[in-house]
Amino acid sequence: MQRRQLFQYGAGALAMMLGIGWWRVDGPGAPKPTGQRPLPLTAMDFRLTDHEGHEVGPETLIGRPTMVFFGFTYCPDVCPTTLSDISGWLEDLGDEAAQMNVVFITVDPARDTVEAMAEYVGYFHPAIRGWTGTENQITRATDGFRASYERVPTEGGDYTMNHTASIFLFGANGEFVTMIDHHEPREFAVPKIRRALTEDVEITT
Amino acid sequence: MIELPYIKGLTLFLLLSGISTPTFAGSEDVIVVNAWSRASIGINRPGAAYFTIHNATEDTVTLTGLTTPLATMPEIHETKTNAAGVSSMSPADDITIGPGESVALEPGGLHAMLMKLQDPMIEGETFPLTLTFSDGSEVTVEVPILGIAARGPES
Repeated sequence: MQRRQLFQYGAGALAMMLGIGWWRVDGPGAPKPTGQRPLPLTAMDFRLTDHEGHEVGPETLIGRPTMVFFGFTYCPDVCPTTLSDISGWLEDLGDEAAQMNVVFITVDPARDTVEAMAEYVGYFHPAIRGWTGTENQITRATDGFRASYERVPTEGGDYTMNHTASIFLFGANGEFVTMIDHHEPREFAVPKIRRALTEDVEITT
Repeated sequence: MIELPYIKGLTLFLLLSGISTPTFAGSEDVIVVNAWSRASIGINRPGAAYFTIHNATEDTVTLTGLTTPLATMPEIHETKTNAAGVSSMSPADDITIGPGESVALEPGGLHAMLMKLQDPMIEGETFPLTLTFSDGSEVTVEVPILGIAARGPES
């Protein structure tokens, strides 16, 4: 009897451990997918609007190499820095940059309307497109890129956004190539972009 | 007569320090150089300003506050990026500068966050920013407003 009870306890504990294991690994308790490779653009699914009012999605980007980054226009430090860094890299690349998609996706669609995005991107390199959309579609986009964002209240009654600040590079076929850190110096960033520009050639040959 | 070489040195330093014009009020030996900021779109978005504080005194100084007529809530904030590449921004800890040391506020790190702008920040204009230190001294610097896409004090 005692032995049987012990067995039952053991089985119960095992089931519980398996249950906890499932909850934490595959279930609702699974950690957010951060630090993972983004999906290929061909496997993503979201609908957004660009700063000129066109409907856009991941398929818009297939056929040309692509650079994507997340931010918001109420961001005083990292975002204008990233946008001006990218503008500088694009100037360095010159005509090569004309073959690229360069997309700034907002993580703050409540404030970043199509009009707000249009005015903001107008101050930077003309190749940079600004995409916004519904909260739900922005979340679908960040999930595909394995990026994250979070709204954080500030003491003045406003809010700021924490967000993935890395820049994602994809080849013309939509395959993920590499990432550029937001503070990466030009001498590392520009060769990475050149790699994305030539990546498909390497894959298809 | 003893002061003369010092003043010459200081003048030379100010001439070399570029476009920012430090002014002094009380704290003769804490200087603020390379100040710059970016133009804003309207007044709803917070602005950011950058500068380098050099402590030429023989004591450690701590920056305790900022004031400017341009914004009612200026604060030192710090952008941090974690291992997963996620950037966040929050009020910075006190900035303490040892004797002879400098602290640079630069894009992607420490910056003066100008919340509740009273006027738009217009490229080509300047605004006064007063830094208050733990010994009660103040330094006011005239901050040039550069373009939205500016990358540093020279661009």
